Amino acid sequence: MRVSETEDENTQAPEKKSLFKRMKDGLTRSTRAMSDGVTGIFTKRKLDSETLQDLEDLLVTSDLGLDVAVEITEAVAKDRYDKEVSPEEVRTVLAEEVARVLRPVEYPFRVEASKKPFITLVVGVNGAGKTTTIGKIASKTKAEGKSVMLAAGDTFRAAAIEQLSVWGERVGAPVVTTKVGGDSAGLAYEAVERAQKDGTDLLMIDTAGRLQNKTDLMAELEKVIRVIRKLDDTAPHATLLVLDATTGQNALNQVEVFTKIAGVTGLVMTKLDGTARGGILVAIARKYGLPVHMIGVGEGIDDLQDFSAEGFAKALTGA
Amino acid sequence: MFESLTDRLGSVFDNLRGKGALGPKDVDEALREVRRALLEADVALPVAKSFIDKVRERAVGQEVLRSVTPGQQVVKIVHDAMVETLGTEPAPISLAAAAPVVIMMVGLQGSGKTTSTAKIAKRLTEQQKKKILMASLDVRRPAAQEQLKVLGGQTEIATLPIIEGQQPVDITKRAVQAAKLGGYDVIMLDTAGRLHVDEALMAEMADVRAVSEPHEILLVADSLTGQDAVNVAEQFHERMGLTGIVLTRTDGDGRGGAALSMRAVTGVPIKLLGTGEKLDELEDFAPDRVAGRILGMGDVVSLVEKAAETIDAEKANKMAAKMKKGQFDLDDLAEQLKQMGRMGGMAGVLGMLPGMGKMKKQMNAAELDDSVIKRQGAIISSMTKAERRNPKILNASRKKRVAAGSGTSVQEINRLLKMHRQMADMMKKMAKGGMKGLGGLFGGGMPEMPADLPADMPTDPAEIQRLLGDQAGGMPGLPTGSIAGGLPGLPGMGGAPGGLPGLPSGRGGKKGKKK
Repeated sequence: MRVSETEDENTQAPEKKSLFKRMKDGLTRSTRAMSDGVTGIFTKRKLDSETLQDLEDLLVTSDLGLDVAVEITEAVAKDRYDKEVSPEEVRTVLAEEVARVLRPVEYPFRVEASKKPFITLVVGVNGAGKTTTIGKIASKTKAEGKSVMLAAGDTFRAAAIEQLSVWGERVGAPVVTTKVGGDSAGLAYEAVERAQKDGTDLLMIDTAGRLQNKTDLMAELEKVIRVIRKLDDTAPHATLLVLDATTGQNALNQVEVFTKIAGVTGLVMTKLDGTARGGILVAIARKYGLPVHMIGVGEGIDDLQDFSAEGFAKALTGA
Repeated sequence: MFESLTDRLGSVFDNLRGKGALGPKDVDEALREVRRALLEADVALPVAKSFIDKVRERAVGQEVLRSVTPGQQVVKIVHDAMVETLGTEPAPISLAAAAPVVIMMVGLQGSGKTTSTAKIAKRLTEQQKKKILMASLDVRRPAAQEQLKVLGGQTEIATLPIIEGQQPVDITKRAVQAAKLGGYDVIMLDTAGRLHVDEALMAEMADVRAVSEPHEILLVADSLTGQDAVNVAEQFHERMGLTGIVLTRTDGDGRGGAALSMRAVTGVPIKLLGTGEKLDELEDFAPDRVAGRILGMGDVVSLVEKAAETIDAEKANKMAAKMKKGQFDLDDLAEQLKQMGRMGGMAGVLGMLPGMGKMKKQMNAAELDDSVIKRQGAIISSMTKAERRNPKILNASRKKRVAAGSGTSVQEINRLLKMHRQMADMMKKMAKGGMKGLGGLFGGGMPEMPADLPADMPTDPAEIQRLLGDQAGGMPGLPTGSIAGGLPGLPGMGGAPGGLPGLPSGRGGKKGKKK
């Protein structure tokens, strides 16, 4: 099936914006509210407990979670309590505290040439943005001159296979498919076999969205991994968990369970172009220390960017 | 990860028992815990704050009833206030307009609009015999229109033929015309996911509204949404004038605070809950269940439903009969262990029980996980029929054999047997005493539970029922098996809560006592 022209509008970005600019743009909305808040709190004020409570509240509304919010607030308060502070200073300190947590997890996604095909499994709950993320990563990797193959492992959701096929056409990557309701483990096996034969650089395997508390569906995911290991016992070489930035504290459970079952090696956070601030990423970094590869700040292919701890922290705090 | 609010308040009020009225200081201290619980459940901060103010007003000065602890009393006040905020009036999809009635679905990307569209259409077709036309206006996401078409095929509901390249407003006009010509009762418009800050797309949506004049505009929102829920709901409402909210993914393990946030900032009723991936998994909104979840009080109704679903009714009946006679052998225990596995393991069952947060944590601490259940199953299957029917004949040499056969130790077998004895005793009590039995089961029947537990947990059945409101309506029926054939499942339930008390004694009892 063909796609209408209009669907491709996001690939025709008129002007090339710098990476940082685009990230800033994408995160500006998230930022504005927060930095306004910080300014509001700290204009000519002493750093007293009431002020700190307000700061903690600001972090909470960014989805950092209560514990992390308290911890970071305390770090800000250290050595500064009861002193006059300017809003700029607080913002810088806040950004630094957030960056401190995020720096160790800043880790770009790299297709290792030594593993051919580099088998990447993409997992997550329903509607997180797995298929779109695959399309975008495929497009980037192709642009680097590497060959890419896609496997439409979401055999459950209606038209998921078509959705990935459209992406395959867009970026010029073969898509391995099976029928709806087909065995996703079998499909993954077939895809690995084909990618090995074709000497493909990157194989991306899509999976059906599943809530992490559905034991049967998680067992299915385990099976996919077991089966592809029959062809390559080091596979999957990367397992990406796609997280929706609008998700609240449940993202912690998602990380925990998907990591336990599918051995997640890295995270991608999508939908950061809205008003959601994705602060849960800070809580996740602190608790699990999993690499964060990329963030999505828009629908365009170039809007999937390498994650930068500094940039994210600055955008989050308005520093 | 989440402690039950009841557990937490229990410890706040530990020194308070027996006092007359709730003082402002006590209430404030309790409300700090409530605040934490709400934030952990993703209730948006401004909503949490105003909610707490409301509760404070009600709680200060209230007499503590003699039969309950102050913690329970506060939980009750909080719970009632939350149910009230969530809305107790039933809010069905309204079709009271000239046909074709237009229902428009809006929301962020990936919130579940297309699936919800098909679910609602299926429901209206089956329950109200409506003739429905579904149309996808999503010209952005690849294969989105195709997705609705496929779902239409699965549910045998008509979808508007796809015309490549046609824009949403034109598709809408075509849908309205087709519905008029085809004599359809309802048109469902599935729009593209969009950000509430995307000006161009929000304007497009307003245009669609202008040409179709929807009777219902439903915001489809993910129940796992965090603090951003208020922004999303507020802005969609401001722009579109929502008539209802559909919460999706309520079958996840999120606490679902977004429900409270969205309802509180828009005043728009939550109409439906998406409860699974299948197209018939859509339920009417039930405020008390959602309130219980948000507060970490468990979801008894879900537990009961899940039990009813997963438990083989015939086997359960047999077991109920056996239990009435006070017989409960190891085969029965094995069956219960199996059922528990089917219900999502111990954590799954415990998570749904009110007041069990603490116990769940102890079990985690004691590494009492589902592998224990598996091993216990292995032990029982290594026994002979005679041994299973009459465990008393298990002497030292038999135990050694069973241990070798199941790859466990004699110690483990002894623990299993002790657990079985305790359970059998309880079953006898329950068979005799109805709800009293259950009370005993939760309270006195838990030899290994920390002594302070009864303070946190209602043990008086009437109290459980009052605290949980309608939610617990079904509970009293459980022990006697009188609840609609669905739950002759007492054995099933016994397998869960009834069976549990014994379990910690297996490995976790002593460790569990440590804080």
